[in-house]
Amino acid sequence: MATNSSLTSGALASGGQHHVTDIQRLASEGLTAYFGSAAAIRGITLGVPDRSVTAIIGPSGCGKSTFLRCLNRMHETIQGARVDGRVVLTARDGKALDIYAKSANPIAVRKHIGMVFQRPTPFPTMSIRDNVAAGLKVTANGASTPRRTDEIVERALRRAALWEEVKDRLRTSAVALSGGQQQRLCIARALATEPEVILLDEPTASLDPISTQRIEELLHELEGEMTIVVVTHNMQQAARVSSRTAFFLNGELIETAPTRQLFTSPSDSRTEAYITGRFG
Amino acid sequence: MSVLEATTGYRHFHQQLDTLKQRLLAMSERAESLVDLAVDALLSRDAAKAEAVIVADAEVDQLEIEIEQLGIALLALQQPMARDLRFIISAIKISSDLERVGDHAVNIAQSVERLSALGQAIMPDPEIEEMARRAREMLGDALDAFVRADGALAREVCRRDDQVDSLHDGVFRILVTHMMENPHTISAAMELFLVSRNLERVADLATNIAEDAVYLAEGKQIKHHNEERAS
Repeated sequence: MATNSSLTSGALASGGQHHVTDIQRLASEGLTAYFGSAAAIRGITLGVPDRSVTAIIGPSGCGKSTFLRCLNRMHETIQGARVDGRVVLTARDGKALDIYAKSANPIAVRKHIGMVFQRPTPFPTMSIRDNVAAGLKVTANGASTPRRTDEIVERALRRAALWEEVKDRLRTSAVALSGGQQQRLCIARALATEPEVILLDEPTASLDPISTQRIEELLHELEGEMTIVVVTHNMQQAARVSSRTAFFLNGELIETAPTRQLFTSPSDSRTEAYITGRFG
Repeated sequence: MSVLEATTGYRHFHQQLDTLKQRLLAMSERAESLVDLAVDALLSRDAAKAEAVIVADAEVDQLEIEIEQLGIALLALQQPMARDLRFIISAIKISSDLERVGDHAVNIAQSVERLSALGQAIMPDPEIEEMARRAREMLGDALDAFVRADGALAREVCRRDDQVDSLHDGVFRILVTHMMENPHTISAAMELFLVSRNLERVADLATNIAEDAVYLAEGKQIKHHNEERAS
């Protein structure tokens, strides 16, 4: 794969929206992630298809969240953590870029590959509007005028299916929102920078069933527009929202397949054992 | 793999899966014995045995309802995956096939009752007996293949269906000859044709069950030549 290691702040254009089918928007190659000397994941090679939802499942401690955090250089923010191998992002302009190349800027990487965490993390001192706009300030295409910012905020909130609920109180504190709304706010914040990829780490783990359903609906709606990777404990959720599923165990990728196939006829006996609950 | 045992949360589910399997085995035993008894009634022209088949069919019907309800509850409450999912779906389908097997045994028994009333003895019985033996073996093997998740045996059962079909054609030709030679045999010959037709259907249902056994064992759908089309 041809790579261009010139991923620096603002190097990736967010234009060129035409849909290229069957392309791997994001691909890890031989990815190994360490905490100190211990490898949490080993030699993971996994492609994430464009404009689809890929789910990662596996038991606690299997490395699925670590893997996710490697995909936008969040892993290295932990002291003593490091990564071997490559993660290649194919940008909208078709250029392939190794996000771990020396010249790659982690901040720019995270603009293109956004992340939403298990617990909603609104900035408590900021208003709803400022929470959504927070990511814009660190990006190159930043909002030049308050009016432009308002447009981006509205678009992001609409895409996150939150606009109708908050449009009359954009200047109020984000912490007054319910847990489900806060999580959609975090998704809106991730969407505001127009990333190619959005990573979600157990996005509904702390939400009630109705809020969970709304987030899952949202993933379906976003699927045609962007590439989504979701880590989930909940196998039924993986089955409902994703088109591909990857199963991790003990830091290794055991199997990846179209979701329907993985949940009806997995090819590896360990996948079978895990998803049918015959696993200690 | 270090440990491959059921976790606590799944233990109850796996017990229920086992219950479903036991009920399906009970149903297949009943359905198979109904076919045996119906054929026995035919060969011995024994109206009392035929009556016993008709009475016992209610038990098979009841088991179908029980299996269906248990399967639906497991699907709704446990969200089964992979082999468990394939097992439950197949068990529900097989229970419906076995219910039909019971109905065919009843049809044969009713023909026996009418044949007894006619009191005539035209005899393509060796052929019908052979058909019954083969259909019955197919049924038993299909269920064994399902219970043991033996895809190879199941595929072999599917291939045997053609033999029963050609025996059915043979019986038909023999009966037509009888009817042409002696129109007084028409009523009896028609009953025997119905018996043959019902046995042929039992073999078809055994084939359906064998196809479900392949699906359980291999995750592949082979019915309607689906596998050949996909390849």
